[in-house]
Amino acid sequence: MRRYFARKVAIYLLTFFVAVTLNWLIPRFMPGDPVLRMLTRTSVSNPDAIAPMREYYNNVFGLDVPLWRQYLNYWAELLQGNMGISVWLFPAPVTEVILDAVPYTLALLIPSILLSWYAGNKVGALAARRKWLDNTVLPLGYALTATPYMWIAIVLAWSLAIIAGVFPVAGGYSFDLQPSWSLVFFNSLIQHWFLPFLSLFLVAFGGWAIGMRNMIIYELEADYANYLEALGAPRRLIRRYAFRNALLPQLTGLALQLGVLVAGALVTEIVFGYPGLGRLILMAIQNQDFFLLQGAFLFIVIGVLIANFVIDIVYVLVDPRTRTGMTGGAA
Amino acid sequence: MSLRVDNLKVYYRTLRGDVKALDGATFTVADGEIMGLAGESGSGKSTLSKSLIRLDTRMRLVEGGVELDGKPLPIGDQDAMNAFRFKEVSLIPQYAMSALNPTRKIGKMISELLGARGVKYSEIKPELERRLDLVGLKREVLNNYPIELSGGMKQRMVLVLSTLLNPSLLIADEVTSALDVSTQRAVAETLVEFRDREFVKSMIVVTHDISLVYQIADTIMVMYAGKLAEKAPADVVVNAPRHPYTQLLISSLPEVGVRYADRKLAGIPGSPPGLLNPPAGCRFRDRCPLAFARCVEEPPFVEVDKNHHVACWKAQ
Repeated sequence: MRRYFARKVAIYLLTFFVAVTLNWLIPRFMPGDPVLRMLTRTSVSNPDAIAPMREYYNNVFGLDVPLWRQYLNYWAELLQGNMGISVWLFPAPVTEVILDAVPYTLALLIPSILLSWYAGNKVGALAARRKWLDNTVLPLGYALTATPYMWIAIVLAWSLAIIAGVFPVAGGYSFDLQPSWSLVFFNSLIQHWFLPFLSLFLVAFGGWAIGMRNMIIYELEADYANYLEALGAPRRLIRRYAFRNALLPQLTGLALQLGVLVAGALVTEIVFGYPGLGRLILMAIQNQDFFLLQGAFLFIVIGVLIANFVIDIVYVLVDPRTRTGMTGGAA
Repeated sequence: MSLRVDNLKVYYRTLRGDVKALDGATFTVADGEIMGLAGESGSGKSTLSKSLIRLDTRMRLVEGGVELDGKPLPIGDQDAMNAFRFKEVSLIPQYAMSALNPTRKIGKMISELLGARGVKYSEIKPELERRLDLVGLKREVLNNYPIELSGGMKQRMVLVLSTLLNPSLLIADEVTSALDVSTQRAVAETLVEFRDREFVKSMIVVTHDISLVYQIADTIMVMYAGKLAEKAPADVVVNAPRHPYTQLLISSLPEVGVRYADRKLAGIPGSPPGLLNPPAGCRFRDRCPLAFARCVEEPPFVEVDKNHHVACWKAQ
């Protein structure tokens, strides 16, 4: 058991190292120069001032040393929790900018991923044994998973926000409010949160429901189910076993989905103008903000790694077959 | 009489019509009798054995009845049949290797199954452990997952579980076909021992391996194309069969001491008729060397000698 986890941790550390390195490399492969961009933004009129200003900014962002030094510096600062200064929101530190955005993204992603997984599995399992549910949920599920995500998001924004006017169209909270611990602000948060959440939930829900329905039907045909039926076990017991066994592939799917959905949230946040990480990534790319981009990517990498690690542990708990690999088998 | 089957007909529903896989079977199995049920693929032996415990969704009970210990067995009614399964009729399936839920510890699965059938696990556990000892399984297997057991161990585990409630009738469906020869022998002997200790009253051992079933069975019943061909004590079937199909079947088995490089092993030419629209009369007549005019009439399955039933005009 300990060896298994030691190996897992080593693999995750290696993955982290490679991811951080790539993360540092990618913005530097982008065409363009962030410092030049800052200079044009400030529109300096005096040509003599440009050279010293450029030198100053290069020094601030640590771009005046050779590349290999920049890389080592990056690691050194990273381990102290410093991710540099944002170009776009100069002179705000990247850590601060990201920490402001993270709660929005997490509040959007975690409920939508987990709730859609839970509801999709439940409804899919029900659909596997009720004909009328099978005939309604399944086509709906196929339609939902097949539609392009941004289209669903736009249709929701248009129908529920613009036409019906039930929900606000964009933003994380009402534009006439400042973030505070008041009931009014909280209410506004929930209202703005609902549409992006619904769009993510709907799209993921269909896929989970279809997957679960098929897995349950497969499990109910399995040998152990037939044997239990021949021994007169009640349907309830057999379905409980089938549900649990059908859940295993769904768990793997969940782990994969957690990684993919961060990208999904990028589109969501752009469509709904939601102030989360996804929007930060877009702004960072548009402004050639190396440091913000690195920070946002780093956060995603950490999120995916943690999610996978948790699923790894959950898998060991729920599927005894993964455990035999760690002990070498008893028989 | 432990089991009495009367003119049982079970058909498979298909889009092109009914496949008459079991077309009128009448026989009895006595208390303490181990009956071998032999026949080639498609002869209806699996259909017969399945219909005694659970019809699957494609099977349809057309007519006939089954009586077990004097009580009618409601084989056409899935829910009513549940009360009899496991307690009165039990099954050792062909797929014993994968018959146990892979994600439950074996002991826990057994206790959940027993609980659902209204039997207290704690009360039956001493008996369960005695039987594990008997088949040579450690008691710790109850704390194992099925994947931690070898194929032979799983087979024995299923054997113990299926017979735990002392059913009156046990159906063993091709239990030895997935095992190597030495394990086959051990499983076959365990079946006999379970009968001798009266864990089960009578047994139907479905097989296509006549030489193995000959060693353990009291009687052998041979099926052909959905019909019963012959039923007799095991040594009579092997040494003095009366039905031409049984004769050809026995003669196509290899004998000890004969070199088949010198003498070619005989088979039965031709193949069984399709069961979607089987021909009238004796279904073996197209392949039968003894066929004559009367074979277009269906021969009845009658007792020609004591405990020896044959369905052939020539045997009467």
